[in-house]
Amino acid sequence: MIKESTGRKVFRFFNGLFMLFMIIVCFYPMLYVLFVSFSNAALFMEHQGPLLKPLGFTLNSYKMVFKDPMILKGYVNTIFIVVVGTCINIIMTALCAYFLSRKNVMFRTPIMIFVTFTMFFGGGLIPFYLTVRNVGLYNSHWALILPTVINTYNMIIMRTGFQGIPDSMEESAKIDGAGHLTILFRIIIPLAKPVIAVMVLYYAVGHWNSWFNAMIFLQDREKFPLQLILREILIQNDMSQMTTGVGLLDQEAVAETIKYAVIVVATLPILLIYPFLQKYFVQGIMIGAIKG
Amino acid sequence: MKTKSFRLRFKKDLQQNWTLYLLIFPVIIYYFIFHYRPMGGAIIAFKDYVPKKGIWGSNWVGFKHFINFFKSNFFFRIFKNTVVINVSTLIFGFPAPIILALLINEIKRKNFKKTVQTITYLPHFISLVVVAGVIKDFTADYGIINDIIAFFGGERRTLLNFPHLFVPIYVISDIWQGVGWGSIIYLAALSSIDPALYEAAEIDGAGRWKQTLAITIPSILPTIVIMLILRMGSIFNVGYEKIILLYNPLIYETSDVISSFVYRRGLLEANYSFSTAVGLFNSVLNFSMLLIANSISRKVNETSLW
Repeated sequence: MIKESTGRKVFRFFNGLFMLFMIIVCFYPMLYVLFVSFSNAALFMEHQGPLLKPLGFTLNSYKMVFKDPMILKGYVNTIFIVVVGTCINIIMTALCAYFLSRKNVMFRTPIMIFVTFTMFFGGGLIPFYLTVRNVGLYNSHWALILPTVINTYNMIIMRTGFQGIPDSMEESAKIDGAGHLTILFRIIIPLAKPVIAVMVLYYAVGHWNSWFNAMIFLQDREKFPLQLILREILIQNDMSQMTTGVGLLDQEAVAETIKYAVIVVATLPILLIYPFLQKYFVQGIMIGAIKG
Repeated sequence: MKTKSFRLRFKKDLQQNWTLYLLIFPVIIYYFIFHYRPMGGAIIAFKDYVPKKGIWGSNWVGFKHFINFFKSNFFFRIFKNTVVINVSTLIFGFPAPIILALLINEIKRKNFKKTVQTITYLPHFISLVVVAGVIKDFTADYGIINDIIAFFGGERRTLLNFPHLFVPIYVISDIWQGVGWGSIIYLAALSSIDPALYEAAEIDGAGRWKQTLAITIPSILPTIVIMLILRMGSIFNVGYEKIILLYNPLIYETSDVISSFVYRRGLLEANYSFSTAVGLFNSVLNFSMLLIANSISRKVNETSLW
């Protein structure tokens, strides 16, 4: 090892300091939200400035959040959309990626152009909206699933993953008389597990976080996913359902801590699984990057 | 092979691969219905669309909606806002992940490096609704940012009600959410640099700074260029989601962009044809920008998207 110069040591020190700063900047807002959600509403109203721990630990806000039937319904709706949506996403994306990763198909290039062109040009929001309505998906959960069945960028990542599988595996299966469906589901998908895992995560997080299509396509409140309920609470400040029964004076105070509890409830599932799956996320971007 | 006629090759291909075409059939249907049909539906930009008459039955009006849009007071405002927001995110947001990646790359301790990466990627997974909700609450007159301003003797005020503060809030929160995730692609490029290059430079007596300029930057330049092309291709495109979560009528003058205008006019006021025209103008503009950026980069750098 070559001896380090003083300049280098100074640089390393400040770089470490800067990284600590980045950690705080990225992490503290989340921590703050968590602290507030466990805080006593009245104490929090009086408090000013950052928090280093919850103010008077209480689970009151969470109790109110879970008492709200809309939140629970939203949870159920979101889980339905995430599970069913992601399954269909994966199957359709795999079909497309499999086709485009074959070598001796005559119409591969035209279909590749047909598919990738949509990444760069589209009809716009209004024609998309009218199409979904005309197809008869208005006010249905399928409006949140079918129109976004394939994300073309994800499909290209998956195709790159499939292309990395050695031909010999399929050749032997073909000799045994396996059809394309068997090859795809029995050989390609099991071998491309890391890519599939990345795709499941991308799609599932996408469904979990999406709200816009739900807002424009759903009419019945019963069908609203969690993010849409969240929007009413956070953006439109509509919490009448949850704060009923609380004295008028306290309402404002309680509303603040409830907001933060709702955020935690809606975000925690993703943040908890994320660190375990991080290596897959990164892998996915890398596969995409090699191609890009 | 080449002497065979198209029909013969087609027949052979179908015989060999018909199951494969069967598999791709639902995919084609999907792209047709949800991507190409809306493209065709954009034709209502040239008509006076009435839902009862349908897309084909409505009357042609030529470029009426485009002309109305160009003549309206909104044209300049939303065009300017779109460009200002984009150029600001480009200037501050584009270099940020590159710098972060270069600095993360200098960390020697593996555990610390991993922790920094894990935590800076985290905000990417938080939903926009939550991010916007937190921004609104933090910047409200009772919020934590105002607590800090008040501590230093400033005046408490709801920051999102001031037109000149919208762009900074938008850009800073964008960087907060995207800088870590954006750095992954550059870290990937950095990790593929041959260590032998650095060893050789070390022997030649080049310091770390010189090595960065002579080896590191040139090695990740293709990645930077590709990312820049993609970014340039969307210079006239600001997504509506974050905008419509954050803005309010008080600050439309700096926060209303083309896409949010299309959303409001089209879906809230049901001016389908007019807003489709605005959207189509935007799509064509974006597509042309992408083509221009790509051809420039192909000439200068021999790096291209396709």
